[in-house]
Amino acid sequence: MTVDDRFVYSEPAGEEPEGVRSEIITGPVSDWATDFSHLEPEWSADPYPIQDDLRQRCPIAHTGRFGGGWLPTRYDDVAAIAYDTERFSSRSIIMGNFRPPHDIAPVGGSPPISSDPPFHHHARKLLLPAFTKTAVSRQEPATRVFCHALIDAFAGQDVVDAAADYAQHIPMRVIADMLGFPPEDGPRFREFVESVLEGINLPPEERIARMERLFDYLLGQVHDHLDHPRDDLTSYLIDAEIFGQKLSADHVTGAMALLLIAGIDTTWSAIGSSLWHLAGHPADRRRLVAEPALLPTAMEEFLRAYAPVTMARLVKEDMNWRGVAMKADDWILLSFPAANRDPAQFDRAGEVVIDREVNRHAAFGLGIHRCVGSHLARMELRVALDVWLERVPEFSLADPAAVTWSAGQIRGPRSLPLRLGWPG
Amino acid sequence: MKVQIDPERCQGHGRCYDIAPGLFGDDEEGYGQVLGDGTVAPDQERQARLAEFNCPERAIEVS
Repeated sequence: MTVDDRFVYSEPAGEEPEGVRSEIITGPVSDWATDFSHLEPEWSADPYPIQDDLRQRCPIAHTGRFGGGWLPTRYDDVAAIAYDTERFSSRSIIMGNFRPPHDIAPVGGSPPISSDPPFHHHARKLLLPAFTKTAVSRQEPATRVFCHALIDAFAGQDVVDAAADYAQHIPMRVIADMLGFPPEDGPRFREFVESVLEGINLPPEERIARMERLFDYLLGQVHDHLDHPRDDLTSYLIDAEIFGQKLSADHVTGAMALLLIAGIDTTWSAIGSSLWHLAGHPADRRRLVAEPALLPTAMEEFLRAYAPVTMARLVKEDMNWRGVAMKADDWILLSFPAANRDPAQFDRAGEVVIDREVNRHAAFGLGIHRCVGSHLARMELRVALDVWLERVPEFSLADPAAVTWSAGQIRGPRSLPLRLGWPG
Repeated sequence: MKVQIDPERCQGHGRCYDIAPGLFGDDEEGYGQVLGDGTVAPDQERQARLAEFNCPERAIEVS
């Protein structure tokens, strides 16, 4: 067995991480302008009317939940915060009841998404070559074969769950392949995704226990790769260097956690939302079936209108920002979905226009934290929709009331029963 | 007509080389690169404008 000192010591289980915890406040929102919560069911079910209303009457909304935070809904404000890494930190990018200690910056718990300049640049540079359009195109043939296999498994069924039995599996398989994890661990990946992104309001001890399960799993994968190095991202991260030094164990497992979590739920959501839209809009569906060359354009519109990802920032110091009094360590819920539906930025912002040619949307973020996996996500979304529309051109919502949506910062269908009209 | 990319603004979204692969390519980290000297042939003008208008970072200049 190979010995790598970085990965030998593990922290005693159950130890509380340092940082600040705030009171957990749940329950119906009294006024979205002063008490918003992205974890309440009303937001998950349909956040767009809430965001549109706020943009009109209170474009930088506030909440006392999560220890205090702000929700800008105008494109200009979201863009300004995304670009302003001097005053807004990525020290934590999941808005919840825990703020990690200040000295975790500029690295953060899951670099580079949690990193601030100047460290961010170096952590990001390590990952970029593996995620270029050219690099991810190598995954495309296997992704296409896998999508066909998922549809083959629908044979004989009139109603399938397109979120659980199609959309979910595609990014799970792709990222497991890239990280070199066993593909049969998919159900565990789902548990990890839900723990990190949806378990925000769980009691601290439960949340800590769930995070420990994730990091125990990742550490297990690291040890497997130390014993059996191979050509994948895990071995790459274990061997990678910044400033001539190997990465810390926390950096390696933090980056693995990022790629696993962010690689799965986001693309799962984008594929699911696109199929949900097409199932409910037969004219758009028929047009895409008839004009497959329109898919890349339509896909960008689905990404704009149903942008799955909202990020978070922490205010660095007390300041008056565009008319509101922000305090140090206030959260910013950085809603790219809200920015993408701002009528000041987009014509017919609330409509889905599948041949929209000019579409300067921010679904993958803006500035230095542009989603590192955006080329991979686009490849998966294009292939997933292309194969589905080719194989099952006729489909509709089997039971619109049975569609459920994920809670929190990543939004997409988690249950999506579709009635299939098999060709011939 | 010519296209340019402001490397200070480009974040590697890749909309330009998706939309106008005849005018733009990517480097080994995914950042956009102008192919050749950036001269736009008359039949590429529409693509050049679409790349400009779809860049999320407003990094493309068409002159």
